[in-house]
Amino acid sequence: MALSKRKRAEYFRYSQYTLLVVVALVIAFLADWEQIRTAFFNFKTMGDMFPNVITIALKNTLIYTALGFAFGLALGLVLALMKLSSIAPYRWIATIYIEFFRGIPALLVFIGLAFGVPLAFQIQFDIYSTVMLALGIVGAAYMAETIRAGIQAVPKGQVEAARSLGMSQGRAMITIVIPQAFRIILPPLTNELILLTKDSSLIYIIGLARDQYELTKFGRETLSRSPSLTPILVVGLCYLIITLPLGYLSRYLERRSGGKKVSVL
Amino acid sequence: MSEISVEITGLKKSFGSLDVLKGIDVTVNRGDVVCIIGPSGSGKSTLLRCVNLLEEPNGGKIVVNGVELTDHDVDIDRERTKIGMVFQSFNLFSHLNVLANLTVAQRKVLKRGEKEAQEIALRNLDRVGLKEKANAMPAQLSGGQQQRVAIARALSMDPDVMLFDEPTSALDPELVGDVLGVMRQLADEGMTMLVVTHEMQFAREVADKVIFMDGGYIVEEGPAAEVIGNPQEARTQEFLARVLDPTHHGPSDPA
Ligand SMILES: Nc1ncnc2c1ncn2[C@@H]1O[C@H](COP(=O)(O)OP(=O)(O)OP(=O)(O)O)[C@@H](O)[C@H]1O
Ligand SMILES: [Mg+2]
Repeated sequence: MALSKRKRAEYFRYSQYTLLVVVALVIAFLADWEQIRTAFFNFKTMGDMFPNVITIALKNTLIYTALGFAFGLALGLVLALMKLSSIAPYRWIATIYIEFFRGIPALLVFIGLAFGVPLAFQIQFDIYSTVMLALGIVGAAYMAETIRAGIQAVPKGQVEAARSLGMSQGRAMITIVIPQAFRIILPPLTNELILLTKDSSLIYIIGLARDQYELTKFGRETLSRSPSLTPILVVGLCYLIITLPLGYLSRYLERRSGGKKVSVL
Repeated sequence: MSEISVEITGLKKSFGSLDVLKGIDVTVNRGDVVCIIGPSGSGKSTLLRCVNLLEEPNGGKIVVNGVELTDHDVDIDRERTKIGMVFQSFNLFSHLNVLANLTVAQRKVLKRGEKEAQEIALRNLDRVGLKEKANAMPAQLSGGQQQRVAIARALSMDPDVMLFDEPTSALDPELVGDVLGVMRQLADEGMTMLVVTHEMQFAREVADKVIFMDGGYIVEEGPAAEVIGNPQEARTQEFLARVLDPTHHGPSDPA
């Protein structure tokens, strides 16, 4: 048995393919195809979900995510600047905020805002404000660290050049450093957007009117009327319509920037 | 205005326990070119960076065009607009194209209008021979071109004095000449210049005064022909022998 290393690797590969084919055949023979079809591909249920799954649910998921992302980005930028501040209490506040909101479940923040705050302060946020605040508060904790890393990744010489031209510290930050930092962190920020898209489903715990449903809530609602996996499959695909292109975009941006990584602690 | 452009007296600077500048006096007359030479780590960059307060001095006085920069009440951002600085590593703003590199501080700091800023920028790009690169991004330029753009960027603020920190040290040898050419032309036009450099030929031909620094002190200063051509101090002689003698390039060179 004097098989060369390469020959052995080849046989091993063939045997793996054979195994896969056998498993696929066994599943194909044993599975109850009719049951699978009605469970996943109930065409009547699918038909009933359209067009609302797109015109209401998908649209609302996009709106909620965009609101949360915008607020989170703004708050995250403030936190990042606080974390880099020369004033120690600012750094402490930012650190405590970041550690706290990264350490607790996002669902808790939703519950707090939707039920805790109204009881404690007699303030009732509308649905958009609640989602924007909840997603933003959580997203900011993650984005702050990313933005801080991006700001620190901008070469020091850029600030020195700006200062030597007479720009103040703040002006140099706004005009020179932050735009460059955002270029560097575009890939991780895109990933954050993907996470927020999925987290927007947490709003299901709040009572929503029909035209406020987002994808997950819409899927659950449909499920209660037509018991099968079909609604879940449909809304799942809707999420993928959002997240797959974003994931692709993130990897593309990463490659374009030459794989220049920033360390995010 | 006075004849003196930059006056440094008793300048001290330390980083932690490391005393880098131990009492430096430098006077630069208006229209003069002063070259600073010296071994690595002798504090040349630190001295230059103290002139526009990129480094905060620990002691001494810095007066540029009659304004004491070490006075805490001075508006340092305003004074810096009149002090151009060129760095060893160019430091062009990498997210802006060449034209925007030259206009951004004119617009945001000097509050010039867009049209005026662009005209001034293009005029200065022309001065360094790169008008056709106005729309290029910094990354698309060679090192020599980037450094000339950096010079044009500083010039666009209409500075009274220019600081150069080893402007050709990061360049491939064949690109050094272009940058030195631009600097020579600036000197001919009467710009006041304070230049840290290892280019002895340039210092000899262009400098009105050469300063040799070592160990945080000025060891020797005077006309180029004297400091470089006929150094009096042992440390200057030793340094110049090392810099000018081609057999001292390194152990791998055939002796
Ligand atoms: N920001 C800093 N923090 C701590 N030490 C510093 C800092 N900047 C400079 N130094 C130290 O000060 C000394 C002088 O540095 P400087 O850059 O002024 O030397 P130089 O004469 O310009 O040398 P070179 O020819 O290598 O550029 C060096 O020992 C350097 O390590
Ligand atoms: Mg130096």
